[in-house]
Parts: sequence; C-alpha cells; structure tokens
Amino acid sequence: MTNNQPLISDKANIPFYRDERIIKIFAQVLSAVIIVGILIWAIINFFKAADARNMTLTFSFLKESAGFPISNPPIDYDPSMSFARAFQVGLVNTLLVSGLGIIFATIFGTLIALARLSSNWILSRIALVFIEFHRNIPLLVLLFLWYFVVFGMVPQVKESIKWPGPIFLNKRGIYIAWPRLTETGGIFVTMAAIGILVSIIVFIILRKRRKITGKATYYLPASLGLLIVFFLFGWLLSGGTPFQMDIPSFTGINYQGGLRLTPEFAGMFLSLSLYTAAFIAEVVRGGIQAVDKGQIEAARAIGLPPMQVLSLVIMPQALRIIIPPMISQYLNLTKNSSLALAIGFQDVFAVGKIVINQAGRAVPVFALIMLTYLSLSLLTSFVLNIYNRRIQFVTR
Amino acid sequence: MINTEIEQEMIKPPLPPGPLKWVKENLFSSIFNSVMTVALIPIVFYLLFSVVSWALFSADWRAVTQFPLLYTVGQYPRDQIWRVGVILSSIFLFLGISWGRWGGLLRSISLAAGLVCLVTALLPVQHPQLDQGVRLFLGSNTVMILIGYFIGRIKAVKASVIVVGWLLIPICAVVLLAGIENSELIPNVPTTLWGGLLVTFLLAAGGILLSFPLGVALAFGRRSDLPVLSGFSTIFIEVIRGVPLVTILFMFSIILALFLPVESRIDRLVRALMAVTVFSAAYSAENVRGGLQSVPLGQIEAAKALGMSNLKTTVFIVLPQALRAVLPAIAGQFISLFKDTTLVVIIGINDFLGIGRSIINSDPEFVQLRTEVYIFIALIYWIFSYLMSLASRRLETAMGISDNL
Repeated sequence: MTNNQPLISDKANIPFYRDERIIKIFAQVLSAVIIVGILIWAIINFFKAADARNMTLTFSFLKESAGFPISNPPIDYDPSMSFARAFQVGLVNTLLVSGLGIIFATIFGTLIALARLSSNWILSRIALVFIEFHRNIPLLVLLFLWYFVVFGMVPQVKESIKWPGPIFLNKRGIYIAWPRLTETGGIFVTMAAIGILVSIIVFIILRKRRKITGKATYYLPASLGLLIVFFLFGWLLSGGTPFQMDIPSFTGINYQGGLRLTPEFAGMFLSLSLYTAAFIAEVVRGGIQAVDKGQIEAARAIGLPPMQVLSLVIMPQALRIIIPPMISQYLNLTKNSSLALAIGFQDVFAVGKIVINQAGRAVPVFALIMLTYLSLSLLTSFVLNIYNRRIQFVTR
Repeated sequence: MINTEIEQEMIKPPLPPGPLKWVKENLFSSIFNSVMTVALIPIVFYLLFSVVSWALFSADWRAVTQFPLLYTVGQYPRDQIWRVGVILSSIFLFLGISWGRWGGLLRSISLAAGLVCLVTALLPVQHPQLDQGVRLFLGSNTVMILIGYFIGRIKAVKASVIVVGWLLIPICAVVLLAGIENSELIPNVPTTLWGGLLVTFLLAAGGILLSFPLGVALAFGRRSDLPVLSGFSTIFIEVIRGVPLVTILFMFSIILALFLPVESRIDRLVRALMAVTVFSAAYSAENVRGGLQSVPLGQIEAAKALGMSNLKTTVFIVLPQALRAVLPAIAGQFISLFKDTTLVVIIGINDFLGIGRSIINSDPEFVQLRTEVYIFIALIYWIFSYLMSLASRRLETAMGISDNL
C-alpha cells in the first residue's frame, strides 16, 4: 500500500455548502438578518408616519386630564382625573369581573361535572345539555343573549321586579340589600381578621403535630372554635351592631342604597362564567374519570365513608390532572373579559380604546394594554404553577 | 359431561335490560335519586313546553325569515349573486366526489347537505326571495352531489386530483367573489359589501388553511437549535397567546397601517383574516409542538439510519406521527377559531352575527324582535360547531386515537 491517505478526510472532501456547522451559522445569520430587517423596515415606516401625523411615543400623556366620563367606576373617578387613573378604573373592572368569574365558574363548573357524573339519568342529561349548549356557541353570541335579550326584557325602574332579599331588578341594574359597616363595625372586622389569621396558624401547627406525632390534636374543631370565639368577641365589642342592612329604596326616579350591579357587569359576569363553567365541567369530569377505579374500590374496601373517598382518594389524584387545563381556562376567562367592549362595560381594553380614539396615541396605549394582559397572564400562570407543583407526585 | 354443562352456563348471554330495569337503575336507584327524579321531571317538562310553545306560537320570526339573502351573503350585489352560487355548487360537487371516493363521515355530510337543499327547494311557502330560480338552483345542488358521487366512484379519478381540487376551491372562490377590475363578466365587488355566513365561512376556512402551516412552521421554529429562530418563535407564540384576540384584531386594523409604507392599503377583511390567522397559528403551534415531542427519538434515529435526509425525515416520519397524536387538540382549535370569527363584529365587519345586529338596528320594530334574531344566530353557530366536533370525534375513532366509541 503506497497510498497512505486516510479513507475519510477531515475537511478536504466535504464542500463548505454541505458542512453542517457552516450551514447552521449561515441559517442563523440569514434568519437574524430577515427578522431584524423586517423590524427595521417597519420602524422606519412608523417614524415616517409618526412625523406626518404628529404622533408621540412617550407615556407623558398619562398624567394629563382624561376628560371622558366612565359610567359606574368601581373606584373614585371623574373626567378631570388623569389618563392613568382612567386606566386604573379599567384595570379594576377587568380584575373584578375576571376574579369573580373565575370563582363562580370553578364552583359552578365543578357542580355541573358532578351532575354530569351523577347516576341519575335526568340530572346527567341536564348537565350534558348545559355543557353542549355553552361549548358550541361563540362567547360573543352568549354575551349578546344575556345582555340584549335577558337584560333587555327587564322592566323600567318604576315597574321593578322584586325578589325576596330584597332584590330589585330593573333596566338600571340589580339592586341587592347589602350589609354595610356601622361606626363600630371596624372593631368587628379587625377582630374577625385576627381570628381568621390565628385559627389558620393554629390549624397548620396542630395538623403538622398530628402528622409528626400521630396523636389526635383535633385541629379542625380547635381552629373552628377559636374562630367562633373571636367573632363573638368582636361582635360584643362592637356593641352588637357591627353591620346594618343597606336596603335599596325607591326615591322617585331611581333606587338608592344597597349594592348595585350594572346590567353591563351582570351580563359580562354571567356569560363569562357560564361559558367557562361548561369548559371547566369537562375538565373536572375528565380528571375524575381518569382516577383508577381500583383506587375507589380499595378506598371503599378499607371502609372509608363516601365523603372521605371523594376528599382523600379521588380529589387528590384528580386534581393532578385537572389543574394544568384549569390554568388555561382561567387565562382564557381573563382574556375573554376583553369582549366587554362589545356591550360597553368599561374594562381595561374599552378604556384604552377611548383613549386611542381621543388622540393619536395608538402605539403607547396598545403597548400598555398588551403589557397589562401579558402580565396578568404571566402572574396567573406563575401563581397556579406553584400550586400545581405542590400537588404533583413527589418522586423520590 | 360436567364440562359441557359449565360451558353452557358460561355462554348464556346476560338478559338485555328491560325498560323497567333501566328506569329503576337510572332514575330510582336510591331514595335521594328518586326524590331528585320526581322533582326534576316537572321542571324539565315545564321548560321544554314553554320553549316549544314560545318558538311555535308567540315568537315572531319575521326578522329572521324576511332576509335569508342578507343572512347568507350580506350586501353582496344581488345581480352578482350567481358567483356565490357557482362556488356553492362546486363545493357540493367536490363533496359528492369525496363521498364517492372515501365514504364514511362524508356520506352523512353529503346526504344531509343534499337533503337540506332539496327540502328548502320544495318548501311549500310563498317567499319573495325563494323564487323559482333559487328553488331550481337549490334542487340542482342535490343533483350536483349525486353527480359528484358517481364521478368519485370512477377509479380513474385520482385521489390527489380531488385533494388539489379542494385546495383550489378557496383560491378560486376568493378571486371569483372579489372580481377583476374593469371586467364585464365579473366586475369588482368591494369587501365592504360582503357579509353574513359568507364572511364567517371565509374567515374560518381561510384562518384554518393559513394558520395551520404557519403553526407548524412556528412549532419547528421553536424547537429549532438556532437560537435566533427559536427565540423569535417563542416570543411570538407567547405574546400572541398572552393577549386576547380582540387586541390582535385591533392591532391589525389600527396599528399595522402605521408600520407599513403610507401608500399601501390592505383590505379590511384581509386584515381581519391576518389577525385571526396569526392568533390561531400561535395556538396551533403549541399543539403541534406537543405532538412533535411525543414522537419517540428512535423513529428519527431509524430514519437517519436508513439514510433519509432531514427534510424527508421530518415530512414522512415525524410530522405524520406528530399530527396524528394531536388531532383532537387541532380539531378543537379549529372549532374555537370558527367561534372566534364572531369577534370581527367589534371591528365593524358584518359577519353572520354582525348582519343580525344590523338587521335589528335597521328598524325600531325589529329591536323588539331581537330575542328571535339572537336565538336564531346562536342556533346556527351551535349547529355548525356541533357538526364540527361530531366530525372530529368520528375522525378520531376512525384513526384509532380515541378510546370512546
């Protein structure tokens, strides 16, 4: 063998256009150039347009006076206040409707799921009809059905519908008798808050001791008893009247007092939470059905009562499957609350829309809106992911 | 002898549950259940009775029945309406062809569509917009499906031809609907005149067809080992998924114009389609990515060992398995895209829901009839998305990826 060349050479035989390392670097540079190029092109265009239309990119307008009214602000607001304050009003509205919506949708969705799994055929069918109805119509149509059809049929103020409670229902909203704090009410609330805190701490400590020592510590009765003692004490300290029922009364033109839910809020809240409840019901049903039948049979075999089978065996296992899709349902609900614009509920998006229409501040306002929703999404998924990690299997 | 006796005992089938047994097991299995059944039956009957009697006797369906054309095509010029007819007929023809070739679920869809056309054509009611021409057209659609069926049965017609035909229909449809400038035969029809179900279906079909490839591309982009590409794809997907669709719709209808050259004008409907596409693509990308992760590494290694190129491995080995695994999720995504097209109402496009709203607002008399209009709209959306979910379930069963039969 006079030919001592190696069969496979390191570089010589591979042309550069087939060398994977070079291709990768080339692709990297090419994609970077294309993406950055498009961005620069768009920004140049924007500055041209901005010059032509005298637009600004700063957020300094937030301090200026807003000048537009917001109906039924949840926090103090009048048109002379700043744009920033208007945004806050919108944000509080968004948080209110999605927070309450999440709570209600979770409770109602779980109930629907349990009804769907019921051995009673009629109940299970009713739940199925509810789920299939809500899952197959667009949320906006559901919103219009509630807002324009149901709340559209409500009578004028003078012919208000009266329900026990008393609850009054008319064109201007729902008026509910609501307990309001009296002068001494503050003492009661403080005592109640301390009581809740103390009983939670006692609950955790006693339960931990029970887990470590194995001795009965009666953590549930102990903490509940503490709670009742604190509440009673607070009630006595406040002179027996911490609350006064604020009953809505008719003043000739309108109802005054009580808690007022506007038709916009009620329509938004109901359609959002019923729509999401249908999806949550399917999530919960899937989670419960995924629990191995043998687990339930084993729990019954060792003599656990039905409630404990549910709370100690089914739920902990089902939750592991339920939580991740539940997180995305909560996020959907929060994002869907932006449909409020269609019926004139002043959420963050609707307020932003007014600000855009008022002056050419489209870009900063949009950045603000997107940032708000993004941080809401990230915050929700962050908190729930921590919870999710806690309830997942602990693998050793 | 003993052996056969046991066998005989074993093969005795269980008695079919009689109606009485069924009632006992499902309605009166315990005291609590019996109480519930007794309480629920009158409520259900009362609700059913009041809904049916309202729909038949007290509801005034005028605002729905007077404007069938408005609900289907919006303000599309009435003398140009044959274009919509041509598109509809060709869709029915291809539906028939596909039925002849593949059968199964397509058979049910074709039969249902043909039946609906035939029944509408023969409806024994007087209606100004249901004249003889329209009746003839609807009847011919039923014939179209049958003709298609027999074409589909011919073995010489290749399956690939049918698929290409299906893909060509939307493109031809858009060209035909929009028309050509200065043309005698098909003059330009501005999209502001389009409306109703036509726009809803265009947005949904266009969104599905465009967002899916974009979603697959984004999924690959996110999994790519080029940091620039994967970083960009990740940011894109996460930002789009983090904000509501309304924001994206407004971004495309207001903000996009600021970032394009001043002289360029993108049509309103196209901007809405872009928004829907981008939104849906981000969600599809995450679904597809889930599928890509589920493909075992051994599959890719085996393909490489056989000497397949990267592209071939992706197209013939990875994608088919990945898409099959996430078919239910993708189908669900398409159904929600169909429902989400209603949001274009907010940026002022008259889709099916928008037309209903315009009809209500057009006449003070119709404002009183809004209940009927909104219920009709809800019903139509419900039927279409329920059919879509039914189809996806049938497809899953046919492909053997679902456990519920």
